[in-house]
Amino acid sequence: MRALNVTKVAALALTFAWVAGCSSTSTQTDSADMGGSMGSDSGAMTSGSAGMGGLSGSELPAEVANLQTVFYFDFDQSSVKGESFADLEAHARYLASNPQASVRLEGHADERGTREYNIALGERRGNAVARFLMVNGSNAGQVEVISYGEEKPAVMGHGSDSWAQNRRVELKYAGR
Amino acid sequence: MKQRLLACCVLMLLAFGARAELVIEVTQGVDAPTPIAVVPFGWSGATPLPEDLAEIVSTDLYRSGFFSAMKRGDMLSFPQQQAQVFFRDWRVSGQNYLLIGRVTSTGGEQLQVTYELYDVLKETRVLGEQISGSTRNMRDIAHYISDAVFEKLTGLRGAFSTRIAYVTAQNQGGGRHRFSLQLADADGARARTILESREPIMSPSWSKDGSKLAYVSFESSRPGIYVQHLATGKREKIQSFAGLNGAPAWAPDGQRLALTLSKDGNPEIYTLDLARRQLTRVTHHYGIDTEPTWAPDGQSILFTSDRGGQPQIYRVYLADRRIERVTFEGNYNSSGKLTQDGRFLAMVHRSAGAGAAFNIAVQDLKTGRLDILTQTSLDESPTIAPNGSVVLYATQQGNNGVLAAVSLDGRVRFRMPSSSGDVREPAWSPYLQ
Repeated sequence: MRALNVTKVAALALTFAWVAGCSSTSTQTDSADMGGSMGSDSGAMTSGSAGMGGLSGSELPAEVANLQTVFYFDFDQSSVKGESFADLEAHARYLASNPQASVRLEGHADERGTREYNIALGERRGNAVARFLMVNGSNAGQVEVISYGEEKPAVMGHGSDSWAQNRRVELKYAGR
Repeated sequence: MKQRLLACCVLMLLAFGARAELVIEVTQGVDAPTPIAVVPFGWSGATPLPEDLAEIVSTDLYRSGFFSAMKRGDMLSFPQQQAQVFFRDWRVSGQNYLLIGRVTSTGGEQLQVTYELYDVLKETRVLGEQISGSTRNMRDIAHYISDAVFEKLTGLRGAFSTRIAYVTAQNQGGGRHRFSLQLADADGARARTILESREPIMSPSWSKDGSKLAYVSFESSRPGIYVQHLATGKREKIQSFAGLNGAPAWAPDGQRLALTLSKDGNPEIYTLDLARRQLTRVTHHYGIDTEPTWAPDGQSILFTSDRGGQPQIYRVYLADRRIERVTFEGNYNSSGKLTQDGRFLAMVHRSAGAGAAFNIAVQDLKTGRLDILTQTSLDESPTIAPNGSVVLYATQQGNNGVLAAVSLDGRVRFRMPSSSGDVREPAWSPYLQ
């Protein structure tokens, strides 16, 4: 499977050499991302990439296993709430003393308003948590922010309770 | 709560098997729709035709909200040519117009379709044509006839031969989702999946010639902007910087995309020259700038920004980067789309006041007048038919996301309920060749 991917990647890298010409840093991963998703008449059936999103709660490093990993926000707000401080500081301490560890911060919004605006709002929340971690000792290189906007709600439903649970940043430790 | 959630997931899993075909339900038409009778087309072939042309045309016209269509069961005769038409019968039954036609085989799958439109009151033929086609493209032929009749009788170019793209989503529970990008006729028929993923798909945008779609896909675990050629299915990943890569919008010249990138720290509008792969930053502000949409002349871009504290729509002129605020009413205006003449701006709007809903509104850019077109809540993603008659948008019906539409003057409304899952983010194609 792995070998197959590598040949695919190589072929695609050649085919789409122009992509690399477009910008230097960001497109390195592009052709790899496209593996297996090209060229069929019916369009591309992508398989996503399970496992890249980090570990689930039970596989957290032992030092941070008891900490909160989901942090909530007020409506239309992106400031980290006081109730999140203690656990985020502990995550930051762990990252500071474990330079090989890294986290992915997934920002989310509730369903109200438009999707692209909510993606921006989710990123703003992710960035707020990222800044909090860095101020408290973790390295910029250890923190990645990605926003899903309103695309991946934690709970279904169209009331204020559901919305409050969906306005969140999820902190996930990356696989080692 | 948990049990209900589980039940929901199970239902959704069951529902996923079915294709998300959309069916239009007219919920409000014009006060006095024009009565028209579309008579079953004549056909003398040995085997029945795969599609009922008259039924498709009749349904198109009815769904436009401008016409009421006579029921077949009420027709006294099924004339196929002028000599068989008794105008008095049609007049007595209250019809203003009569559409008749016939289909003849010209060998194999090849067909010739003739249609004739009559003014019942004046007893004159107002339109008629012969069309060559095949049994494979009968829906295209029917929509072509609908377009011709609609334009003749309303003065508006018909948009029945256009298509819509939209996204469907199923929450499969346990953090698993299934997203798909669908392409269908404007009446919801012939839906087909052009992309499927476990990660979100967003913001489909048509190229001006209707041959390509740009969209955002998270399939690589972070957002990337892709362009897919509809004829071949071939696609290209054109942008995936760190941070946001979103809201692609095709320029009228077909050479450039406007898009949102946050690679420089926060979301800004850029244009990308597709042939030269040249990226140009358009906005510079620490607030959120996103949802670009081009003015039809290509000289300016409208976008959403919260630079004033709340999301409002602004316009930036590309020549001198001058920025002007466009929307002032309400505390949330976003996702703007202009009509082809550049005069009307459809958008998601929330009035000032606690608990106000998110509705679709249209602003006349000439007079500044803003009209709220919908009475539901959680309305989003407006997209305008190429003839400027109708705004299609996404809303909630019960616990499902559905598509709905309203005419720009608010007189005609219809819904397109889906057979399964959430339907969202419609994008209406331009006129297709």
